[in-house]
Amino acid sequence: MIPAVEISNVTVSYYEHIALRNVSLTIAPGQFVGLLGPNGAGKTTLLTVINGLGRIHSGTVRLFGEPLGPANIRRWRTQIGYVPQQLAIDPRAPFDCLEAVLLGVYGKVGLFHSVSDDDRRRARELMAYFRIEQLMHRPVGQVSGGELQKVALARALLQEPKLLLLDEPTANLDPGSVREIVGLITDVYHRFNLTVVMVTHQIGHLPEVCGQLVLMKGAKIVWQGERDAGLKPERLNELFNG
Amino acid sequence: MNFSMVELQLMVKPLLAAVLGSTVCGIVGVWVVLLNIPFVGVAMSHAAFAGAIFGLLLNTNPLLTALLFAIGAALLIGPVAERADLEPGVSLGVIFSLMLGLAFLGIGLLPGPRTEAFRFIWGNILLVSWWDVLLLGCSAVLITGFLLSLNKEIRAVLFNRELARAVGVPERTIFFLLLLLCGLAVTLNLHTIGGLLIFSLVVSPASAAYQLTYRLRTMYLLSVVFALAASLGGLVLSYLFNLPSGAAIICVASLMFGLALLFSPKRRSRATG
Repeated sequence: MIPAVEISNVTVSYYEHIALRNVSLTIAPGQFVGLLGPNGAGKTTLLTVINGLGRIHSGTVRLFGEPLGPANIRRWRTQIGYVPQQLAIDPRAPFDCLEAVLLGVYGKVGLFHSVSDDDRRRARELMAYFRIEQLMHRPVGQVSGGELQKVALARALLQEPKLLLLDEPTANLDPGSVREIVGLITDVYHRFNLTVVMVTHQIGHLPEVCGQLVLMKGAKIVWQGERDAGLKPERLNELFNG
Repeated sequence: MNFSMVELQLMVKPLLAAVLGSTVCGIVGVWVVLLNIPFVGVAMSHAAFAGAIFGLLLNTNPLLTALLFAIGAALLIGPVAERADLEPGVSLGVIFSLMLGLAFLGIGLLPGPRTEAFRFIWGNILLVSWWDVLLLGCSAVLITGFLLSLNKEIRAVLFNRELARAVGVPERTIFFLLLLLCGLAVTLNLHTIGGLLIFSLVVSPASAAYQLTYRLRTMYLLSVVFALAASLGGLVLSYLFNLPSGAAIICVASLMFGLALLFSPKRRSRATG
């Protein structure tokens, strides 16, 4: 089976700082993978390597067997749903939530073409699915953190992605919102038949459906395997306190 | 206020220049305000100003050299603004003062009377030529055409540059085109407002519009209307009281921004929120 993601010997550096050191990772199609580790471990950098937002110094990335490069990166980005860490949006910004969801197809639609009525209908359906249809015309800078994450999930799914990348989707949320977002991510995984990679440093925020764990520390992958083996107390203690 | 037929004929070119210049400044102002890059625009307008002075010094078309300097500044400033290891404010401060220094160096080296050079500093909308009006018309068509044909890509970049890139929008290309068109707008308005003041007509009307609406389309419309009102208001004040037209226009634009800030519903909602 062709892997959904194949990262080989990737190093990312920003001047003297090495953000990823010779990292290799393979993710099978349909897997839900959790990237777990303390702050500064390189989790977000690894996520951005997959969608080409992070510039790699050496190594290769393949998506569904195709090497990722300048020639195909924009096409692949239209097929990767990306939920970044919660954005800081000016409450006065002149953009409503519907626009923030529709943005998901702007790359796919292409230059000089308008968003179709079908895309608009799907955006409304997704907002209804995430129970945020009442926010459609609300300024996106004026919604709560949980609602903003639902907008981001709806935008990512509007792309009809092959791969869904979630960067700390539950960060800075209250416990009720965390439960709701984790439940929605679980439902999305089953319903849309996706390959999902989720970054978190909160063990309790990983959905039950997350079957594979990748533990990161100091810009390296220190362990990868089945979820239950990865969550052993001594391993976690070493990861976060060692 | 009574205008004779001759006076009205004299006002045709300035009025047209005001309408066209306000349209381009109103549109690019929205980009500058939403991208939060006012100092990028200031540096570019001063680059255009320096270019115009060097055009006079080299005895070539000053608007052409102004445009080349503005494009050069955009190509320099764009990467500088993106580099993580440079503090953008510091780099822009260096570029901004370099451009201003070059402009005044050029003025110092100019032989003979420096009337034309001072016109690039202060501007005078009452002295625009038909050629200026034609160039402003072309820039208005180009900028409006760019906005209409790449509207959704521009919206994506204005909303969030990283997100725009993540969904497959050619974000860097769009960002650089926005900078270049910003340079074009300030260059072609050098004659009307002047190199030291032009950027106020870009920022103030758009900032006033930002205070009053949550809809981007309305923001564009209000920004153009405010720029136009400032230009026409300043023009009338300049005519009636024999004031420098560029300075009068900027004072009206700044007053409008102050009023918008004072009566902004967003300010009220924040105060009661």
